[in-house]
Amino acid sequence: MYDTIIIGAGMSGLAAGIRLAYFDQRVCILERHTTIGGLNSFYRLRGRDYDVGLHALTNITPKGTKKGPLARLLRQLRMSWDDFQISPQLGSQIAFPGVRLGFSNDLDLLRAEIGREFPRQVDSFTRLVEQVIEYDDLDPSHAEMSAREHLTDLFSEPLLVEMLLCPLMFYGSAREHDMDWGQFSIMFRSIFMEGLGRPHAGVRLILKLLVRKYRALGGELKLKSGVERIAVEDGRVVGVVLKGGQQLAARHVLSSAGWCETMRLCDDGQPVSIPGKNSAPGNGPARNRNAGRLSFCETIAALDMEPGKMGHSGTITFFNDSPRFDWRQSEAPCDLRSGVICSPNNFDYQRPLDDATIRITVLASHAYWQQLGESAYKLEKLRWYDRITESAVRFVPDYRLHVIDTDMFTPTTIVRFTGHDNGAIYGSPEKQFDGVTHLENLFVCGTDQGFVGIIGSITSGISMANMHCLRD
Amino acid sequence: MTNAEIKKEILDILQAIAPDEDLTNLKDEVSFRDQIELDSMDFLDIVMELRKRHRIQIPEDDYIQLDSMQSTVAYLEPLMKDVVA
Ligand SMILES: Cc1cc2nc3c(=O)[nH]c(=O)nc-3n(C[C@H](O)[C@H](O)[C@H](O)COP(=O)(O)OP(=O)(O)OC[C@H]3O[C@@H](n4cnc5c(N)ncnc54)[C@H](O)[C@@H]3O)c2cc1C
Repeated sequence: MYDTIIIGAGMSGLAAGIRLAYFDQRVCILERHTTIGGLNSFYRLRGRDYDVGLHALTNITPKGTKKGPLARLLRQLRMSWDDFQISPQLGSQIAFPGVRLGFSNDLDLLRAEIGREFPRQVDSFTRLVEQVIEYDDLDPSHAEMSAREHLTDLFSEPLLVEMLLCPLMFYGSAREHDMDWGQFSIMFRSIFMEGLGRPHAGVRLILKLLVRKYRALGGELKLKSGVERIAVEDGRVVGVVLKGGQQLAARHVLSSAGWCETMRLCDDGQPVSIPGKNSAPGNGPARNRNAGRLSFCETIAALDMEPGKMGHSGTITFFNDSPRFDWRQSEAPCDLRSGVICSPNNFDYQRPLDDATIRITVLASHAYWQQLGESAYKLEKLRWYDRITESAVRFVPDYRLHVIDTDMFTPTTIVRFTGHDNGAIYGSPEKQFDGVTHLENLFVCGTDQGFVGIIGSITSGISMANMHCLRD
Repeated sequence: MTNAEIKKEILDILQAIAPDEDLTNLKDEVSFRDQIELDSMDFLDIVMELRKRHRIQIPEDDYIQLDSMQSTVAYLEPLMKDVVA
């Protein structure tokens, strides 16, 4: 009998595991894939190391900072700032037609940039910063207010509203076209006020730190162990059944598989559908919900020289080719109007990275990519690789002559590696902030609990473990 | 444990939770929260560490007793008197 079984060895599952194992629980993490990491993993291809996903860590505050998510996460995991070996970004930008706003880990740069491009909006920006600081994560009353409406009231320049929303939506909005005010505030702080950074060794360093710590504390990790069923008796989870039929008993189950995915695993019958949001008195949270539809394609190009040497020294460029930014499920296979261009080389490292790379992320249609047969899929990847790159080089120096190898992933890849419905990066637009489900000892963590990104999902794992699995 | 030993143990726990804090000037009668950066999650860790290290169970209603060093030591004194330092 385990004290807690955790479904999924992504960032949130591993972090939850560390907390529970540290406090002497018998814990087992079950991961259906052959490797850890989930949405954020790493691989080696034709002699080069690549990260999946990681552009940058958010919430990067300098060593010694005591407040904020990063400091709290380090305390909770009993890790030190130096363990993560984070180098700050060199500088990023938001590029719209004819207007560019640079930003760095110093908010004053963004303020000055807004002063240069939108001189009459500076006071409103100052007010926005104050409101974002005031926003209380623990008070849900304004959490779901529309950020878009609020910004539209605050700024008289619609273009600035779009430019501020673009990077924050790309890095964490499960809601289409809009963002919850709570999520906007959290992302604004994470990206503009705290900042971006990256470990020299990329995401593998973070994952290795987490898994090593977890194992050293006595935690068990079973790979290739997909959970097929969550066994329910009398309103309680009694354990899980693996793909091979093996049964494991547990007092608590914490799932990072996603809300809809977790509900489907429960063997207590069809999801009860309850109208309205989240809960009906006595029934617990509604089990039926929209799994989310926003998915990505990403191209990766290995280059024969550092991007900085060809005049591209920006860390991240968020681009959009019209005055309005459309954050919706892509109707085309890939939405070429906007995207995120990132070079892992452009951080302030002590020594350069071994390889030079540029990666581009764009919105993509899961429905399109998942219906392709094998040969069409390969062909379409090549075609769209070229189109995505062509779109991006409108905003950064053209690096195409320096490309020596490429790779690309699609919504199909995301489904394969994470099992999330529709390849939805940020999961369901409806979050379950308290992590509870209709069953008293089944909880969710990770993306669908409400915190996204690497720092967010680690925080989610920690707080759900603390709140639900540690107290008894 | 004597009260002095309990105090030492609490300091050790605080140092484990917040390794970057300088605890040398911590005042016994002032709330921890006014002196160290501790949020509610960290605060729970004091309780959890006591359970991990000494098998001491503290009911949730009593958490307020762990406000300052002085009140914490007073609260733990009867619970920890038989614990071997
Ligand atoms: C292209 C891309 C770029 C990104 N860029 C960044 C970035 O720059 N910075 C940043 O901070 N974040 C970034 N993210 C987001 C970040 O990767 C995620 O928010 C985070 O990794 C989510 O972690 P998680 O633990 O919630 O979920 P996941 O990583 O999805 O973990 C869930 C795990 O559960 C496993 N699982 C599912 N079902 C089962 C089952 N039935 N049985 C057993 N195991 C199961 C899955 O295999 C998976 O390993 C990016 C994501 C993508 C895709």
